[in-house]
Amino acid sequence: MAKYTLIASRDAFESKESERFCALAGDLKRAGNEVTLFLVQNGVLCARPSHVASELSKLAQEGVAVLADSFSLRERGIASDRLAAGIESAQLDVIVDHMAEGRRVIWN
Amino acid sequence: MADQKTLTFSIMDGPYENARTVTALRLIDIAARRGYNINVFAYEGAVSLSFAKQAAHANPVHGHDIDEEDHPLPKEWVSSLIKTAEANGGKVDWINCGLCVDERGVTESVDGTRRGTPADLWNAAASSDGTLVIGTK
Amino acid sequence: MKVLQVIDTAYRCTIEEQDDPVVWITAVMKGAGGELGVLLRGNAVNYAVKGQDASGLAFGGRKQTQPPKIDQDVQRLAQKGVQVFLVQEDASERGIDAAELVDGVETIPRTGVARLFDDYDQVWHW
Repeated sequence: MAKYTLIASRDAFESKESERFCALAGDLKRAGNEVTLFLVQNGVLCARPSHVASELSKLAQEGVAVLADSFSLRERGIASDRLAAGIESAQLDVIVDHMAEGRRVIWN
Repeated sequence: MADQKTLTFSIMDGPYENARTVTALRLIDIAARRGYNINVFAYEGAVSLSFAKQAAHANPVHGHDIDEEDHPLPKEWVSSLIKTAEANGGKVDWINCGLCVDERGVTESVDGTRRGTPADLWNAAASSDGTLVIGTK
Repeated sequence: MKVLQVIDTAYRCTIEEQDDPVVWITAVMKGAGGELGVLLRGNAVNYAVKGQDASGLAFGGRKQTQPPKIDQDVQRLAQKGVQVFLVQEDASERGIDAAELVDGVETIPRTGVARLFDDYDQVWHW
């Protein structure tokens, strides 16, 4: 089992590529890996409840840790209590922690 | 430092173009404050981040003169990150892709940065605890 | 260390650079002793299509005499021992047939990407 951290920086409402990147998080989880999906920049725009966020909530139910960068949320006026189920606000430090831990950290 | 880590970042975006630059610099800042050893391979447009001739400007739309505007210059952020890492017992090896520098004419770079090649990226990644490539789109 | 280079943004600056910067840096690092693979996905699957021709551009009187030859660059990577993979669905969605691809490229299903990652120590998504 490997540990992956996928960083989603693009707006999933605009980008099919971003949608597939999130789906990859599910594929990696189902393959037996430990997976974190970290939303940053415009990636956090899908953290509010929506049809896109419901897919992220499903990932969270499958065991993917779905986190959203607290600065990116604040920058866009998205309060923590507006996040869809299963999505948690987190500091960017998580990414540095995971890099230092030797996880496979992948940007999109 | 017993738990001193080494991280490598590769970045591609030029200044004032994309939020990826700010996120990359935020990550480097976190690592610098922890006293980590940090390798940065600036590829393509990212070589301009440390270009020494960047200049601040006033902003009439904001109603600010040059001092009031205090316009961000990425070269100052780069210099400050290098100093912050050193102050915390770490270091930043900021490598600008030499060919990318030449084709853009940004040959004057702030102190603490250097020219390099893709082999430097490979060697840095091979000796790091973690590597993150932030590509451009 | 074994690294998978993921490329999904094509033709971004190929005319100016006379190549793709990620294909190029992969070739340089391979030459420096690196062990690398390449995964073409999204619109970058078209990099593996034979017969790409970007010749003939001129800007005023300044002709571009050395246009990019991405298909040949990709094939050369494979010949140098870089495993080159391509996501089947991304190609078929774009109407690309297997017969159009340069030699040495291995097609994998989208669901096989997670499994492919396992074969590498690091995944660099450019």
